[in-house]
Amino acid sequence: MMSEPLLTIKNLHVGFDIYGGHLKVLDGVNFTAGKGEKVGLVGETGCGKTTTMKAVMRILPIPPARVRDGEIGYKGKDLLRVNLKRTRGVKGKGISMIFQDPTAALNPVFTVGRQLMDVVKYSTGDDRSGDKIRDRAISALKDVAMPDPERILSNYPIQLSGGMRQRICIAMALVTGSELLIADEPTTSLDVTIQDQVLRLLGNLVEEKGNSTVLITHSLGIVREWTDRVYVMYAGNMVEASPTKELFSKPLHPYTQGLMKAVPKLTGEGIAEGVTGRIPNYLTPPPGCRFHPRCPHVIPICEQERPPFFDVGDAHQVACYLYKE
Amino acid sequence: MRMGIFLLKRLGYSIFVLFGLSILVFIIARIMPGDPARLALGPRAPEWAVQRVRESMYLDKPLYAQYAYWLRDFVRGDFGESLFTRREVAQDIKEFLPATIELALFSGVIMAFFGILLGSISARYSNTWVDNVVRVGSYVGVCTPSFVFAVFFMLVFGYVLHILPSIGRLSAGVTKPPVITGMIVFDGLITGNFHAVGDTLWHLIMPGVALALGGMSQEARITRSAMSDNLQKDYIAAERAQGIPERVINLRYLLKPSLIPTVSILGLDFAALLANAFIVELIFNWPGMSRYGINAMLRKDLNAIIAVIMVMGIVFIIMNIIVDIVVTFLDPRIRLGAERSK
Amino acid sequence: MTQNSQPTFWSRKREGFGRGWYKFSRNPLSIVGLSLILLIAFLAAFAPFVTPYPKHAGVFVNFAEASQSPSLKYLFGTDVFGRDILSRIFFGFRFSLLMGVVVLVLVVPPGVILGLVAGYFKGSWIDTVIMRITDIFLAVPPLILALAICSVLTPNIFNAMLAVSLMWWPWYTRLVYGLASSLRNEFFVEAAELTGAGRLHILFKEILPNCVSPIFTKMSLDMGWVILIGATLSFVGLGVQPPKPGLGTMVADGRIYMPDQWWITVFPALAIMFVVLGFNLLGDGLRDLFAVEEV
Repeated sequence: MMSEPLLTIKNLHVGFDIYGGHLKVLDGVNFTAGKGEKVGLVGETGCGKTTTMKAVMRILPIPPARVRDGEIGYKGKDLLRVNLKRTRGVKGKGISMIFQDPTAALNPVFTVGRQLMDVVKYSTGDDRSGDKIRDRAISALKDVAMPDPERILSNYPIQLSGGMRQRICIAMALVTGSELLIADEPTTSLDVTIQDQVLRLLGNLVEEKGNSTVLITHSLGIVREWTDRVYVMYAGNMVEASPTKELFSKPLHPYTQGLMKAVPKLTGEGIAEGVTGRIPNYLTPPPGCRFHPRCPHVIPICEQERPPFFDVGDAHQVACYLYKE
Repeated sequence: MRMGIFLLKRLGYSIFVLFGLSILVFIIARIMPGDPARLALGPRAPEWAVQRVRESMYLDKPLYAQYAYWLRDFVRGDFGESLFTRREVAQDIKEFLPATIELALFSGVIMAFFGILLGSISARYSNTWVDNVVRVGSYVGVCTPSFVFAVFFMLVFGYVLHILPSIGRLSAGVTKPPVITGMIVFDGLITGNFHAVGDTLWHLIMPGVALALGGMSQEARITRSAMSDNLQKDYIAAERAQGIPERVINLRYLLKPSLIPTVSILGLDFAALLANAFIVELIFNWPGMSRYGINAMLRKDLNAIIAVIMVMGIVFIIMNIIVDIVVTFLDPRIRLGAERSK
Repeated sequence: MTQNSQPTFWSRKREGFGRGWYKFSRNPLSIVGLSLILLIAFLAAFAPFVTPYPKHAGVFVNFAEASQSPSLKYLFGTDVFGRDILSRIFFGFRFSLLMGVVVLVLVVPPGVILGLVAGYFKGSWIDTVIMRITDIFLAVPPLILALAICSVLTPNIFNAMLAVSLMWWPWYTRLVYGLASSLRNEFFVEAAELTGAGRLHILFKEILPNCVSPIFTKMSLDMGWVILIGATLSFVGLGVQPPKPGLGTMVADGRIYMPDQWWITVFPALAIMFVVLGFNLLGDGLRDLFAVEEV
């Protein structure tokens, strides 16, 4: 059912060295994205979604970050162990990323054209003439439905609206011709009216070009509409992985269930509840399953050992001892 | 066209500031107790000579009248007569100003170039020994007055090691090239007198570096901190993620935004350089306007004092305008105003 | 109402100070700076008691022991009059610190007040007049005008302080102007205005407290710069006059005896550097401290 895997993260441990000690953020993350798949990654702010993807992109700030264990497989190579210079090809041609805040993701003192054309130039590797590069840039802008792309090339980011900036970032990500696209909350910093527009655009492009996409978000609504498969993340662990429809019809992990309950239903039954408690402190995280202090169904083993993924039905996995066969 | 209007406005404003400055300086020069004419000529000069000087400086007229006369003359280029060199101050300044500009340009270039270079290296090799050496060095450089550096250099390179000349601008026996710009380095290059060019450069090293060290340290610190900050920015990560090579990022995408605070400071540092030149020129006996100025101050040569300060003011204002223009080019956000949409 | 359970103004201040000190002390360089300044202040204050040869600071000659290189007896050597350099440096700190303190005391209140007024009334003629005058004073680097003023007055340390003060106040006006003019748009100011608070109250009780941190940081850094300018003035003979032991004066004194009797110049020069270094480190530490708090 799941297509050929493109990106495989196994047992990734990433920590941050800070003044007071060491933050154990990612605690053995497992993640797979297949060819042409649209995978969602859901979780609260601070649960480690962006950190995971930054590790994949090799743009974690090292130091203070440290990859303590694990492997990231992409097209047969372990990204963590490959020489940085050789991952050049991976970054450009393999994986690209769209950041959360388009304003911060664009260099304010250079024109859009300069940045976009540089991306074209350095990601394709072959020496194209200046004109061809420019044409490619313009066609990339047309792909993201930018009005008057030639004029946009000579504009600075500050002259454009938030929605336009994000579309430029999308254009930059797609022009590299990468097979895997990581979108880190691409619409969070945009106006609600634009969010839909940009998401729709992204969706169309992905369908057209057949990229695999990892969509990071904290919005269940977006996940439901947009993705084929979803990972739910909590405090540095993946707690549940499932095809989207099944996640919403049959959430299994107590955390996922809590998340679902937190979203008010249109049918108007009852009031939305939250999940009690807070995300743990990464300096001294709880032993065993990191969710156990907040879990309504906690059993003794939860406090001792971190639960691995247990298979439950078709491509559905849960990291919870309740489902141990 | 916007640049033209901006320039015009700045110029108009600058003239106003210069005007105010002239009033300020004039007041300073005239509040001195005692009789300037008598002081200049000495206690043994005959009374009629002193009276003549008094009249030439309009000292018996009320203050505002004195100022009016002075202003009228100044705008015409008549800065009065120096009470000591007995020449027109304007002539003195014309003779000495190019040497100061030569020194200032030399120092300024060293200051900017090496400051930015060291700062970049320091940021690139953050937290290694290179970084630490540069940081400590630049801290010390900022805290030490120029005259201390000047005296040390003279001691070490001039006297002990005997490799650099301690006095003056041109060694005896070297012919000075004909005056085109007044700056020996340029005049020599233009007229092909390379011997003079080399000799002057050799003389420029100690005073130039002594002057430059303070500003250079400041530039290094600011460049380093700006680069460090910008390295954390999202757009750098994004550029890396998009596959842009590290070299291009460092030389272009990181450098340009980091230069903005540096260049803004450059103006202030250059001003400090001009001010410290007063001392350094004195120490090295560099025949510049600053040495002329401080000697005038020490000898209470009023006309010269006023003229030197006004010229300094003009130089400083021009320089500030240049810095502002450069910064505007570097940072389009200033040019385009806050056109902020979400 | 429930006054006693609320933290009082002073207890909050004490707690804030405690937290501030904790943050400040995290940076070892700031502690170095603070220690350096405290040491120098101590040496300056108790100079007559801690120097080995207190009389050397004044008029004193002892040609028998003149021009001695550094030794156990005279740690930094003696000058051509036989005066101990180390002792003179300690007394020299007095002049330096005095200069810094006096100038700041003279400069900060008027500078800050002018800045507050100009910033609060931004856009009016008051603003224009004050800031234009400020611009005029800032048209040339302060050292130049200070030199000029000193040259027309009798050269001594008091006139030097006066000259530097006259050139220094505009920096504070500019700083506070920038702060005040943005602060006055904040809601708490508007609220105070609406409740009929008088202008004085707004300026001093609402706006000023929010400017205190940058002002303090600047004051700490400025101590260093003022001392530096003072030393420069003394160096050219316009500040502390010989035979008094100003640090800049001593550097100038020793210049003619270079390079043989290098210690006469080198040690006072190093002393200047350390004083400025101390205040810079302190000021940087304060700046880091306040910057973090604002986040």
